[in-house]
Amino acid sequence: MTAPAKGAPEKSTVPGKAVKKSSRAMRNNLTAYSFIAPNFIGFCVFTLVPMVFAIGLAFCNWDGVHDIEFIGFKNFIDLMSDATFKTSFVNTIVYCLGTVPLTLVCSLGLALLLNQNVKLRNFFRTVSFFPYVASLVAVAAVWNMIFSPSMGPVNMLLSALGVENLPRWAAGKETAMITVILFSVWKNMGYYMVIYLAGLQGTNPSLVEAAELDGANKWHVFWHVTLPQLRPTTFFVTITLTIASFKVYDQMFMITQGGPGNATITLVYDIYNIAFVNTPKYGYASAVAMVLFAMVLAITLIQFGSSSNND
Amino acid sequence: MKNSSQKRNHIVTMTVIYVVLIIITALMLIPFLWMLSASLKMNKDVFSFPIQWIPDNPRWKNYVDIWTKIPLLTFVKNSTKLTIIVTLLQLFTSSFAAYAFAKMNFKGKNLLFLGYIATIAVPWQAYMVPQFMMLRAWNLNNTHLAIICLQAFSAFGVFLMKQFYEGVPSELCEAARIDGLTEYGIWFRVMLPLSKPALSTLTIFTFVSTWNDFLGPLIYLTKNEVKTIQIGLRMFISQYSAEYGLIMAASVIALIPVLVIFLALQKYFVQGVAATGIKG
Repeated sequence: MTAPAKGAPEKSTVPGKAVKKSSRAMRNNLTAYSFIAPNFIGFCVFTLVPMVFAIGLAFCNWDGVHDIEFIGFKNFIDLMSDATFKTSFVNTIVYCLGTVPLTLVCSLGLALLLNQNVKLRNFFRTVSFFPYVASLVAVAAVWNMIFSPSMGPVNMLLSALGVENLPRWAAGKETAMITVILFSVWKNMGYYMVIYLAGLQGTNPSLVEAAELDGANKWHVFWHVTLPQLRPTTFFVTITLTIASFKVYDQMFMITQGGPGNATITLVYDIYNIAFVNTPKYGYASAVAMVLFAMVLAITLIQFGSSSNND
Repeated sequence: MKNSSQKRNHIVTMTVIYVVLIIITALMLIPFLWMLSASLKMNKDVFSFPIQWIPDNPRWKNYVDIWTKIPLLTFVKNSTKLTIIVTLLQLFTSSFAAYAFAKMNFKGKNLLFLGYIATIAVPWQAYMVPQFMMLRAWNLNNTHLAIICLQAFSAFGVFLMKQFYEGVPSELCEAARIDGLTEYGIWFRVMLPLSKPALSTLTIFTFVSTWNDFLGPLIYLTKNEVKTIQIGLRMFISQYSAEYGLIMAASVIALIPVLVIFLALQKYFVQGVAATGIKG
């Protein structure tokens, strides 16, 4: 599907030489294609084709049994008046606004601490990475038990400290989203901390020394010297976190099941429900998927735009 | 005089740093320790407060019972099989394709590479539905082949390997060409041995993401005999939600392989994460 156009300059002035040269070039091309083929064919069939299919499907009505029917923008018009979709859209944004700054601050803070001359640095780094590589199902199961409203050790501790009106965590309408956000921060901050550590390695220590000689205190040094140097890293972390938060699903599925009510349902959760739980409406699910795609694309374009500006 | 106050300041700062670090480490570790501790308790003792971290009579039986309560062995076997196949395929196809992109000139190179780049912005969740319809039409739902097809051909692997290969001097390849090695020979004898760090990074990323993958297997694998450990564990949790001890024992089992691989290859993991960050 990506057959390259024949280049005109190949036909050079000396015919005999050109034939020999182009047959060698041809052989070289074939060798190169044979290197790429195993990955590219799989990538085309299982990624590119479904992607194109997804765009088309968003404009169709299909239940998987009857014929596909083209219905234009009807799916998107229906989305406007779909309360579940609206809730899942708003929830996704709320989750994003909660996780992105919190994860950013926590991972930067941890990276700054570990960037000091501390002993057991590798140990601390390894431990904060544990939650990130651990199976989500397993750690979500523990999280659910530890934050169990009636029996969990967290609420036991709070009540022992004399707190009344114990939070209902994942079971409470107001606290469910906060619980998921806290879980996500805990699980992912180690990953972004490593990115920040790498960013800190790239900063210029002599600037910090100069500022300290000028009598700036630690806070000033951080705010006016270190943080500006970390701007590219912060930008990258923000973009990555934002995109990841748009795609959130697993955490909700395992901690709150999207509830209580629809308090923690997200866009991907909505897609999953429409396509695989309720009577399937594949076209409609794809329309929701296109909204998700548009959101991710917008963030990616911001990233591309800024990186080409910086160059 | 000034020196000693500076010294005292330094000691205070370092103490604060260590205290904060120890608190964070505790927050990171406590859920895992609690899991381990609960996995050795009777259900009624799991939530006893204050927490008894080391049970008086560790109930090792939980680790025996869990294998008969659900087909855990099948789940572990399925996950192991999928993870190994996907990782090997990913390593092979990515490094193979990356070699051509990094070290060869051919027609359509930029166009083909653009094909990979263009898809970065598309989240898998946006096309998982049509992908499922397609694979179901080919009768691949409830087969491991479906998960392998989903996971084994990522653009990420090609990027990672290409980036590494570009750092290898092209003179090495030229010299090998003059010595009469074919391109395949150069890939196998020159590039592969040199790219152990990049291959290790890709291995750990693929291993962890395949072993822990949830939504893909959840959609495709609905029959018990093909389920992975994550799906099986989730099924157990929803069926026996009050079997706290057993749930925790199964969770520990689900965690171990990834933790072992992570501890063994963590240097490459950290390098990989750092590299993606700097590149971005």
